[in-house]
Amino acid sequence: MADKLPSEFDVVVIGTGLPESIIAAACSRSGQSVLHVDSRSYYGGNWASFSFSGLLSWIKEYQEENNGEEWTAWQELILETEEGVALRKKDQTIQHVEVICYASQDSDEHVEEVGAVQKNPGSVTSASTNDPPDSMVTACSDTSELTTPLSEPEAAREVPDVDVTLGNENHGGDTDCSQSPLEQEKAGNLPVGEDVVDAPKKNRITYSQIVKEGRRFNIDLTSKLLYSRGLLIDLLIKSNVSRYAEFKNVTRILGYQEGNVLQVPCSRADVFNSKKLTMVEKRMLMKFLTFCLDYEQQPDEYKAYEECTFSEYLKTQKLTPNLQHFVLHSIAMTSEESTSTLDGLRETQNFLRCLGRYGNTPFLFPLYGQGELPQCFCRMCAVFGGTYCLSHAVQCLVVDKESGKQISRAVLITDQSVLKADSDQQISILTVPPVEPGSEAVRVVELCSSTMTCMKGTYLVHLTCPSSKKTAREDLESVVQKLFTPYAEAELENEELKKPNLLWALYFNMRDSSDISRECYNDLPSNVYVCCGPDGFLGNKNAVKQAEALFRLILPNEEFCPPPPNPEDIVFDGDGLQPELSSPKPEDAKEITDQGEVEECLEK
Amino acid sequence: MHGRLKVKTTEEQAEAKRAEREQKLKLYREATEAIFQKRQEGQLDESVLELTSQILGANPDFATLWNCRREVLMRLETQKPPEEFAALVAAELGFLESCLRVNPKSYGTWHHRCWLLGRLPEPNWARELELCAKFLEADERNFHCWDYRRFVAQRAAVPPAEELAFTDSLITRNFSNYSSWHYRSCLLPKLQPLPDAQPPGRLPEDILLRELELVQNAFFTDPNDQSAWFYHRWLLGRADPQDAIRCLHVSRNEACLTVCFSRPIIVGPGIETVMLLVDESPLPVEWRTPDGKKRPNHVWLCDLPADSFNDQDSQHSFFLMWGDVQKECVLYKGRKESWCRDSATDEQLFRTELSVEKSTVLQSELESCKELQDLEPDNKWCLLTIILLMRALDPLVYEKDTLKYFQTLKVADPMRASYLDDLRSKFLMENHILKMEYAEVRVLDLSYKDLTVLCHLDQLLLVTHLNLSHNLLRSLPPALAMLRCLEVLQADGNAIETVEGVVNLPRLRELSLCDNCLQHPSVLQPLASCPKLSLLSLERNPLCQLEAAPEELRVLLPDVDRILT
Repeated sequence: MADKLPSEFDVVVIGTGLPESIIAAACSRSGQSVLHVDSRSYYGGNWASFSFSGLLSWIKEYQEENNGEEWTAWQELILETEEGVALRKKDQTIQHVEVICYASQDSDEHVEEVGAVQKNPGSVTSASTNDPPDSMVTACSDTSELTTPLSEPEAAREVPDVDVTLGNENHGGDTDCSQSPLEQEKAGNLPVGEDVVDAPKKNRITYSQIVKEGRRFNIDLTSKLLYSRGLLIDLLIKSNVSRYAEFKNVTRILGYQEGNVLQVPCSRADVFNSKKLTMVEKRMLMKFLTFCLDYEQQPDEYKAYEECTFSEYLKTQKLTPNLQHFVLHSIAMTSEESTSTLDGLRETQNFLRCLGRYGNTPFLFPLYGQGELPQCFCRMCAVFGGTYCLSHAVQCLVVDKESGKQISRAVLITDQSVLKADSDQQISILTVPPVEPGSEAVRVVELCSSTMTCMKGTYLVHLTCPSSKKTAREDLESVVQKLFTPYAEAELENEELKKPNLLWALYFNMRDSSDISRECYNDLPSNVYVCCGPDGFLGNKNAVKQAEALFRLILPNEEFCPPPPNPEDIVFDGDGLQPELSSPKPEDAKEITDQGEVEECLEK
Repeated sequence: MHGRLKVKTTEEQAEAKRAEREQKLKLYREATEAIFQKRQEGQLDESVLELTSQILGANPDFATLWNCRREVLMRLETQKPPEEFAALVAAELGFLESCLRVNPKSYGTWHHRCWLLGRLPEPNWARELELCAKFLEADERNFHCWDYRRFVAQRAAVPPAEELAFTDSLITRNFSNYSSWHYRSCLLPKLQPLPDAQPPGRLPEDILLRELELVQNAFFTDPNDQSAWFYHRWLLGRADPQDAIRCLHVSRNEACLTVCFSRPIIVGPGIETVMLLVDESPLPVEWRTPDGKKRPNHVWLCDLPADSFNDQDSQHSFFLMWGDVQKECVLYKGRKESWCRDSATDEQLFRTELSVEKSTVLQSELESCKELQDLEPDNKWCLLTIILLMRALDPLVYEKDTLKYFQTLKVADPMRASYLDDLRSKFLMENHILKMEYAEVRVLDLSYKDLTVLCHLDQLLLVTHLNLSHNLLRSLPPALAMLRCLEVLQADGNAIETVEGVVNLPRLRELSLCDNCLQHPSVLQPLASCPKLSLLSLERNPLCQLEAAPEELRVLLPDVDRILT
């Protein structure tokens, strides 16, 4: 079947991260024929979410050494008039991967996920580093100034991580594509029903239990939330991609002060209900927040402090130290030393504007994890005819600029919430301010089992901060120790006043390539565009902005992700009379003959 | 390319829409006609249910069709075996729910559900409460649903504490909720029975304290939200006063008995029955109001036959009964008049009922409102509440402060300046009535007070001298006719245009209306009904400019000895 797929495309998108997937969807929606490939066996790249075993495979892959590059077969396929651009195959965006298991591992080692299709999603493909490349794409047939593949093989000129979008030209090349279903593992991710093994409170949660339940939840590589009036939400709604995903409102904003985790009152209802604030504090906080909502209208209030930091400005605002702390760290989520008054006000305003749209906090979290979002856009792309190939590395040369910026990440499985409440189904975001000046605040997102990111009776905790020390573990372990107790030690401790137990921890560094633009590369063909990986921010603003900007370069006259037509206004055009498209029609393309069938093949 | 989607053009879409609408309209009309036809023919069967459901499903506000359904259901109830009818009822409940989903604020739908549930032998109230909870979760301010919930809670005898907890949960979510606050005000008095001595509608201290704290949280969070302030006002308010006869007055010269009731009533057969016993035997009398109009009034009077006053007996007793309240007054030999009355100072007529503890509560309320006012100097709700609290605490002690806050409030809320002037006038009059009663005199001096309106005139039944000069009054209102003992009335320097209230005042001798806005002698017509009026001062009124004025006045008021123009 694969060789009957079209061999020419308007747009080839390499990598299935969020911005790439948005571009693929937008191009496909605008009538372009799109080939979307990813060398990995899963969607999302560094934006992906994994089942527990999937995550273990991912860890294994990144803990292995890079065994050098294979560089042979595809070169022969390049025609005389063509030149190849090499991409580095080995992904170096992930470093310093460390796993620590605190939960008891006494039971047998061979536990498998319930109903697992395969133990290692990577093994089904040829993505393991030692395999010879099984696919190749030659690109950019008429770019003459391209350097010879690997003629200058310095590290600085390789592109391991860059997700590349290729623009508006037909690309020849032998592709060995198959129309893969969106995710082969989805079947396991059914909502946790009553049948799920309910881990009783007193019972110890074991490692094997987590492994066994591992298919019932998805763990994110990148920890982000959606601002409810952010660009991504707007895009999801406008393009109607939102119908492919479900969301939950974050239920609590938490703060960390003097060793205690506290709930931060931020909405009107929170302030009203807070037992911690005095009446006057309530008034002062509300007054300040109301002012922030339209601070631009009252420049007299802040003009004099424009040169100061936001934290100094807050001190002038009749706010008690308590409230200053909440506003600075948990609402504006800004730095004490470096954020200017204007930036702080803007961030506060952004937070407040998002409040109340979907609930009492400004954030949404997609069920089954952040990794759902790229897939939703891929699905949109496929609905409008895009072709998908996973596990197909593309080998062409582009040159990498090493980015100095790294994100430190930790993924923890814990047995209770950092702040207990009436309901155990809380989604919380907590900002832990920097311990010493110069270090970075750590963003903690705690997810409950109803977000489908962890098994019942446990919590999944993401820690994220810009990397300042050598490894993620060095950056984050102190915060982890403040908030949690390793499982083994817990047995010795008093049952009362106990911190949540840590069952399992993963640390890694992810490259923050957000400041890399195509100008960083030498000799990039003009129709090759470069996307970034995930950045360190909480929202997805940059990914959406970038996707839209690149789309405008590729298709300057098209609308970006317009709403799909009303189903009743769609006329199925089975004859394929599409005058503007001259590309050869594959003889056997029945898998995309109508929407219904495409949907079916994409069914999760 | 194969499988690409083609989208209809706008013209095609518009055309398709139009055709669809036309088709809908046709169906709608046909169904409506069919229903009315069947109704006219008395053909009330399931087919009518089916037809009406088609229309009501789309437009639940078609009240006549709900009536049709009621007729059909009542008919079928008598015709169908019980189990079949039960199935119909179940279907009806399901249908109502689907209608509510289309429009959760349809009067007709909620009313029909009320009607249906009210008729069921074994209604499932728990399910109804759940339904309310669900609809209130979607819109916590849907007053239709609140209404229905109160109906359900009452029928299902849900304990007030449970319903209170429910209002708690909704207030927690969003405190800008009049319905929820209002429901609290209904539930709280039912929460625990009060000692008999306390009038109904009042709250025990601990509950009052808790509620005050809750509502304070609300107005510190958002002082511009008036729902919380309204509730606060209810908390500070008093229950409706119980019925009472405030004053009974007998005058020998006028052979007249005057009564002041605690609320305006109409005395008469079949409306409010009042019985008068003179010297312990019933005396049938004709009751009338001071202005002669048969409208609800505080004050009613009757003429007494001459033989009830003979001066031989040492005393005469007058005993009046109204419902289960009564009052007696005794006229001794040689006295011209006698009265018995409740004093405004003893009864604290103008204040909240407060125990000492409650005063401290109010005191702390006042402190926190002042604190809030420091933060929000222009918040009108806060200013008004401060004024009300001061009045509740001690109207005389806080008089100066209150007047100062009124000034600030008028600046903060210029749209309600006139309302505030009237409120201020009312409070000032209350204060002066209190002062007069403490002084035990029948003379009231209200000059130079910037009064815009006259209030509590029913409290002035016994006043003989009233000075209203140099205020901002524009009329002497009809209620002034209640001042049956008034002998001298000064009202110089106002903006009076009419004097309707100066009517049938049996003892009025002097009336001074200099420097007012009386335009024409004819407006003074009511004065002709005051038999003793002998001195009338009208200097510096517009009517003085009229050449014919003196003559007209003489014709109009022939019994008045001196008219100064």
